[in-house]
Amino acid sequence: MQQTSTQDTLVGLFVASGIAGLFFLALQVSNLSSFIEHDSYTVIARFENSGGLKVKSSVSAAGVKIGQVKAIYFDPKTYESVVEMNIDAQFNELPDDSTASIFTSGLLGEQYVSLVAGGSDEYLQDGSTIDITQSAIILEKVLGQYLFKSAEEKK
Amino acid sequence: MIQSIQHLGKITRGSFTKLGRGTIFLLHTLPGLINLLPRPRLLLNQLYSIGVLSFLIITISGLFVGMVLGLQGYNILSDFGAEETLGVMVAASLVRELGPVVSALLFAGRAGSALTAEIGLMKATEQLAGMEMMAVDPIKRIVSPRFLAGLLSMPLLAALFSMVGIIGGQIVGVGLLGVDDGAYWSQMQAKLDFQDDIVNGVIKSIVFGFVATWIALFEGYDCIPTSEGVSRATTRTVVNSAFSILGLDFILTALMFGDN
Repeated sequence: MQQTSTQDTLVGLFVASGIAGLFFLALQVSNLSSFIEHDSYTVIARFENSGGLKVKSSVSAAGVKIGQVKAIYFDPKTYESVVEMNIDAQFNELPDDSTASIFTSGLLGEQYVSLVAGGSDEYLQDGSTIDITQSAIILEKVLGQYLFKSAEEKK
Repeated sequence: MIQSIQHLGKITRGSFTKLGRGTIFLLHTLPGLINLLPRPRLLLNQLYSIGVLSFLIITISGLFVGMVLGLQGYNILSDFGAEETLGVMVAASLVRELGPVVSALLFAGRAGSALTAEIGLMKATEQLAGMEMMAVDPIKRIVSPRFLAGLLSMPLLAALFSMVGIIGGQIVGVGLLGVDDGAYWSQMQAKLDFQDDIVNGVIKSIVFGFVATWIALFEGYDCIPTSEGVSRATTRTVVNSAFSILGLDFILTALMFGDN
C-alpha cells in the first residue's frame, strides 16, 4: 500500500508538471495572453500597394502597438489593396481623419502599419475606412528611380 | 534472376502482411481502452513506468539541447548584430521541431524498447498464453493500458522538453552571454503564435506518441518467442520508431508550416 501511494504521488507530480509545461508554453512563450485580454474593432484602409505586409503584422501609433492586421485582399474594381485591421478597443478615440502608412522596422525588418492621428472630432468606429494612406516603399522601385535619375543627369 | 524477383516479391508481401497485422492489432487495442474505465490502477502503473521513469532523461536532454541552441545561436546571430532574437530562435526551433522530435526519439529508446522487451518476454515465457487460458484477454489487460499511457505521456514529455530547453537557452544566452532578459522573452512572445506554433507542436507530439507506442507494442506482441526473437524485436522497435518519427515529422511540417 505504501508503495502504490508513492507511485500515485509520482504520477500526479509528472502529470502536473507536464500540464504546467503546456501552460508555460501557451502563456510565457507564445502570444496567447496578448489577444485574449481585449476586445477589438475593425478598421479598413486602402493602399495603392501594400508591399510585404502580412496578416498578423502589427498596427502601431506613435511606435506603440495598438492592433494587428486581420486580412489583406485585392479589390478588382479599384485595383487597390484592402487591409483590414483589428484595433484594440481601449484605443477607441482615434480621429477619423488619421493617416495610415506602411513602414519597415529597421532596414530589413518586417513591415507594419503606422497610424498618425489627425485633428477631427469624429472618431474611427468599427467598419470605418481610413481615407488618407501612404503605400509601402518598394526598395527596388526607389533604387530604379534613383539609377534612372542619375543616368539622366549624366547626359 | 527469377530468384531475385521472387525474393523481392517475398519482401514486399512480408512487409504488407506485417502492416496488416499491425493494423488489426491496433483495432483490437482501441476497444480495450474502454475496459480501463473501471480499472484506472492499470493505467496508473503504466503512466509510472512509461512517463515518470522517462521524466529525468527528457528534462536533462532538454536542458542541454536548449543550452547548446543558445550557445550556437548566439555565435551566429551576433555576426548580424541580432542577438536579441536569440529567444525567438531557441523557442521556435524547440517548440516546432526539436521538442516533439527529440523527445519522441528518446521516448522510443527509453520507453519503447522497454515495452517491446517486456511484452516479448511475456510471450516467450508463455504468460500471454496463460492469461488466455484463464479467459483474460491479454490485449485488454496488458496492451491497452500501455498504449494509452504512451499516448498521454508523450505530449506532456514534449512540453516539458521544450520548457526546460527554453529555460536552458535563457541560462546560457542571458546568464552567460549577456543577451537582454526582456528582449529574450518579449521577442519570443511577439513572434511565436499559440495556434501555429504551440498547438501544432502538441499535435506533432501526440502523433509521435501514437506511432512510437503502437510500434513498440506490436513488435513485442508479434515477436518470435525466443531470446533471440525478443532481442531482434527490440532492435526493430527503435529503428522503425526512429524512421517513422522522422518521416512523419517531415510530412507534418510540410502540412503545418509549408504554406507560408
